[in-house]
Amino acid sequence: MSAADMTLRAGQSSAILPDRGGVAGALSDLFWKRPRFLLVLMLLPPVLWLGIVYLGSLFALLLQSFFSIDEFSGLINREFTLKTYGELLLPANLDIIMRTITMAACVTIASAIVAFPIAYYAARYARGKWKALFYLGVMLPLWSSYLVKVYAWKLILAKEGILTWFLGKLHLQWLLDAWLSLPIVGGNSLSVSFTGTFIVFVYVWLPFMILPIQASLERVPVNLIEASSDLGANPAQTFRNVLFPLALPGIVAGSIFTFSLTLGDYIIPQIIGTSRLFIGQAVYAHQGTAGNIPLAAAFTVVPIVVMGFYLWGAKRMGAFDAL
Amino acid sequence: MRSDLARASLSLKVAAAAGLLFLHVPILLIFVYAFTTEEKSYQWPPPGFTTQWLAVTWNRPDVWQALGLSVQVAAISTAIALVLGTLCAAAISGSRFFGREAISLLVILPIALPGIITGISLRSAFSLMEIPFSMWTIILGHATFCVVVVYNNAVARFRRVSGSLVEASMDLGANSFQTFRYCILPNIGTALVAGGMLAFALSFDEVIVTTFTAGQQQTLPIWMLEELVRPRQRPVTNVVAMVVVLVTLLPILAAYYLTRDGDQVAGSGK
Repeated sequence: MSAADMTLRAGQSSAILPDRGGVAGALSDLFWKRPRFLLVLMLLPPVLWLGIVYLGSLFALLLQSFFSIDEFSGLINREFTLKTYGELLLPANLDIIMRTITMAACVTIASAIVAFPIAYYAARYARGKWKALFYLGVMLPLWSSYLVKVYAWKLILAKEGILTWFLGKLHLQWLLDAWLSLPIVGGNSLSVSFTGTFIVFVYVWLPFMILPIQASLERVPVNLIEASSDLGANPAQTFRNVLFPLALPGIVAGSIFTFSLTLGDYIIPQIIGTSRLFIGQAVYAHQGTAGNIPLAAAFTVVPIVVMGFYLWGAKRMGAFDAL
Repeated sequence: MRSDLARASLSLKVAAAAGLLFLHVPILLIFVYAFTTEEKSYQWPPPGFTTQWLAVTWNRPDVWQALGLSVQVAAISTAIALVLGTLCAAAISGSRFFGREAISLLVILPIALPGIITGISLRSAFSLMEIPFSMWTIILGHATFCVVVVYNNAVARFRRVSGSLVEASMDLGANSFQTFRYCILPNIGTALVAGGMLAFALSFDEVIVTTFTAGQQQTLPIWMLEELVRPRQRPVTNVVAMVVVLVTLLPILAAYYLTRDGDQVAGSGK
């Protein structure tokens, strides 16, 4: 129908080319005349895949969090209940949630502090070759194997490892011992303490913080900083009143990654850390040997809700423009 | 008086250098440990150096099997992600429509939410639908979060390819397929290769989702995870770790060199 329509119009106005021949040509004409059709055709495969495979299973999981487990038979009772969410509020489970959120917050703040100088130098001072070097210097660790990075820290933090050796050379062994004797953050050695878990988290997620901060700092005009010092501000004041507020969206954008990734990770605390659980480990334990899928599902809702609030706050601070 | 050429203060230089060292020294250490003669502990400094563990690792069938599965999974997932990611990027960048934001969020979601959520959702969906675990269940998970990497690379490039280029090609009599083949593909090609390489690296390295979607199959990261939790053959693990670093390093470097000149795409000036 549309082809005939086209020929008719082609007869009326010679500026319009005649129809293209063949199946490919007919399809091309159809795409050109009905861009919506092409759009739907292009969107259909990815949306179907993500909608069915990803959203489908996500909803299946959320649904299961409203089921409960029968304590005697261990079978899943498929009736709507909020009992499983109630279990989250048990002291032991609440402990896990608070511990994970505290860790995520500490990791986020520490990575922002470590990331800022790197991002600032790369954005403001590095030029040409150095700029490329800085970029690769952040991208390579970001993309190299997660497990290898964790493994490297197992080597470093081991009692017989390089860190102990290095501190011994500097005659600072007492400092490490004093730190390890502290409650909560200490432990038998760094590789079985929260301090170790914390260091590895910061290390693994640091590149995710550097990149958005750098992106936001690139957009700060240099003359703004010059104006600030011309007007008599010392570097600390310039940082506090000019640089930091302008970099904040970038920091918030980076913190989305560090916070979310820490909330969901279960491998780092399992390999380097104490026996006290994090949310990810609890999820893994409950769905695995215990077979308590509803409780595991309820646990995964915690990071989703926390991240939901976090993203909402971040959007209000303009963090998405810095991504 | 300050100018753009102002030198960085010493403390800033030191802090930036220390940060970069912090990022790189741990990975470099892996290379040293791969050649240590110490078998039973992570002793530093290494008591001696040997290359015998390279040969030992080379003759390990379980390592080869895991490597083979990882490469297979990564290759197939990348292929799927390339098709889905490019289609999505073309649709999103080419037009404005209702639900556009929702779809771009949908693409990013699998990587924005913690991997454990993707993993356990897929696992519970598989068990609900009674799908047995296989290589394909692993691929299903990997392809899902690889789409975003291809999408990000492609969408950035599509934005720079001018629409008038496509119109000119069609005006000159090319059909849609010819336009795609001769006009769009050469312009987005490097971005797709880069996205594909990053997707490959991402899939090759993925462990969190894989622990949930694999049954008895062992990908290389799963093999490494088991060694990490219960170390049995430290020297072999050291060598495997070194190889993994090298294998992921190459696609990342290649992806960087392919996309760094992305500003010079034809028609980007409009």
